[in-house]
Amino acid sequence: MADILIKGGRVIDPKTQLDDITDILIHGNKIEKIGKGLKKTGAKSLNAKGLIVCPGFIDLHCHLRDPGRPDVETIESGSQAAIAGGFTTICCMPNTIPAIDNEGLVNYIYKEAARVDLCRIYPIAAITKNRKGKEITEFGELIKAGAKGFSDDGDVVSDCNVFRHALEYSKIFNVPIFEHPIDRDLSKNGLINEGVVSTRLGLNGSPTLAEEVIVARDLLVAQFTGAKLHFCHISTKGSVELIRRAREQGISVTCETCPHYFFFNEDSLSDFDTNFKVNPPLRSEQDRLAVIEGLRDGTIDCIATDHAPHCQAEKELEFTRAPFGMIGFETALSMIVMELINNQKFSWSAVLEKLTINPAQIISENLGIIKKNGVADMIIIDPMKKWRLNVNMIRSKSKNTPLLDKELTGKTIATIVDGKLKKYDQD
Amino acid sequence: MHTKKHLLGLEELSSREIIQYLDLAEKFASVLERPIPFVPSLRGKTILTLFFEPSTRTQISFSIAAKRLSADVVNFSQSASSVKKGETIIDTAKNIEAMKVDGVVVRHSAPGAAKILSDNLDAFIINAGDGGHEHPTQALLDLMTIRQVCGRLKGLKVLIIGDIEHSRVARSNIFALKTLGARVAVCGPPTLIPLYIEALGVDVFYNLDDVIGDYDVAMALRIQLERQQGGLFPSLREYRTLYGLTKERVVRMKPKGIVMHPGPTNRGVEIDPEVADSNRSVILQQVKNGVAIRMAVLFIHAGGKLG
Repeated sequence: MADILIKGGRVIDPKTQLDDITDILIHGNKIEKIGKGLKKTGAKSLNAKGLIVCPGFIDLHCHLRDPGRPDVETIESGSQAAIAGGFTTICCMPNTIPAIDNEGLVNYIYKEAARVDLCRIYPIAAITKNRKGKEITEFGELIKAGAKGFSDDGDVVSDCNVFRHALEYSKIFNVPIFEHPIDRDLSKNGLINEGVVSTRLGLNGSPTLAEEVIVARDLLVAQFTGAKLHFCHISTKGSVELIRRAREQGISVTCETCPHYFFFNEDSLSDFDTNFKVNPPLRSEQDRLAVIEGLRDGTIDCIATDHAPHCQAEKELEFTRAPFGMIGFETALSMIVMELINNQKFSWSAVLEKLTINPAQIISENLGIIKKNGVADMIIIDPMKKWRLNVNMIRSKSKNTPLLDKELTGKTIATIVDGKLKKYDQD
Repeated sequence: MHTKKHLLGLEELSSREIIQYLDLAEKFASVLERPIPFVPSLRGKTILTLFFEPSTRTQISFSIAAKRLSADVVNFSQSASSVKKGETIIDTAKNIEAMKVDGVVVRHSAPGAAKILSDNLDAFIINAGDGGHEHPTQALLDLMTIRQVCGRLKGLKVLIIGDIEHSRVARSNIFALKTLGARVAVCGPPTLIPLYIEALGVDVFYNLDDVIGDYDVAMALRIQLERQQGGLFPSLREYRTLYGLTKERVVRMKPKGIVMHPGPTNRGVEIDPEVADSNRSVILQQVKNGVAIRMAVLFIHAGGKLG
């Protein structure tokens, strides 16, 4: 395997607080040298002048639909989409068919990821058997097989006693429980955020209360048990405030949001476009701004995609019948650049920590960092690049994104996983 | 002149466009009084009424309206629940397209269903009710009736009573009445009134007896028993006690106040029989105006010419 020499890029690493124009030499799967004016004969040279070089993105939340829905996505197509978007590590949720609740399926994910050999894929296994919310799964066996956390994903663990025991049991292994905080009864039949838009359109609303009531409950359970709790896709102002307060009290909690919760608001739904139908729903402008504030002050640790592929036939159904979710790997960077960097004036370092070192630490992986002898999972991005996402470019098998044919800014140029160049757009 | 190809809802219409429907409907109302109540305006045009939700009245009303305009009418009903799994409404649309119809009148339980058809068909689309979203022709016939009886819409005080949350009739009426300068309030149990309804420019009341005396128009909405099963109100008996249009309440309205209902009524629940049959009630005038309004709507969207 040839060495890779990345020349002249602006290298940004939030963990080591590196932000400098410098070169990086990759040998084998490791970063061999970081410094100016590096040379190496025989190395593949990547010109990163005017570009940003940073650790590869780590996504704590995606849906690969494998096993179960190969027509919608597979580990192979999902991995292709991930590396196209600059993700070198992705954590897949267990709401597959069947659910990832046993070590056989965890083994399957690893085997398939190795065969495809594009990015790292870490399964998040189910908290309860078949995600039914009743009996907890074999955390020990699942972790031994490689599960990095536990979640019942789309289904909150409604039974608070089961949830308490899951958190307590997780302390044996010090792994996070990933909660999908939406109360099933309060959000019943809810299609979009309960607000002015749902009132105008006559669509059943899912209130912010449905999310916040579970966030509040779970924070109390986390405090009571002292276990590691991670909230998926935080979308409301109230949730951000509850988590901020809990942090101040020293409760062990982390959380993520997704690009669509700071990029769009509920007004996008005025045309009944099912590509905007996500769960939790796009919220009000006030919630969107609160999510941005949560990212700014560090209350929200990570940006995850919640990449949720659905085929066209499903998304073409009436709004009431169409499934929830949008794909996210290939648009996340542009949404981050356009909103957080360009509009909200976040520093690159502040944004990148939510895509690299923070998620790495939540799953206790030694990734998301640029350092000598560190694992060479790196990407090169062009923050100024203007491009249009057309349907043929999308690597995901599903094309359910409202950003189709829109002009975007910011693109991944190269993706290096474990020292191997997996994607490189030269132009 | 009217510029929109489809009639999907009243929210997007200007007062001029709404008035245009009402004025034309008055002309057609006089046509309907003739011994032979036909005009040849839409001869050669084919109108499909596509009902995925049962509604005998609305479908018949559209059907009669189309026939009075000399259009060919095809009626199709299928309950949405019996639509085969995996069959999309777009599939249905493409099939209709292949049969070359000029206009489609659609009723569906999903908000936005009429919009989907309008995005995928060349035919003009008339929304005959899409879930809890809009029912534009119902609101137009309500406006026509109010204007006939009260002589105006601007400044008039209209109270809509009952299940606002699930009502397309309420939404379309709120949008159109506000556009035409009426003052609108809603009254009902908080469990059936959307939390954010005030953003549409209406007042909200929970106690009917406190406010009924101030209104020119009291519009009762149909209450569905399934809302009780969903825990949104405890019983029809208590609903009637709190929100029923009883004789005692109606006599407290303004002297010329009127009572309306989009039908079908639950007699003795949201409206008492003696009120529904009294001279305060304009319910049958609403039904009658329905045909004239639907003639006006079909005429305008089919590009008819007045002979």
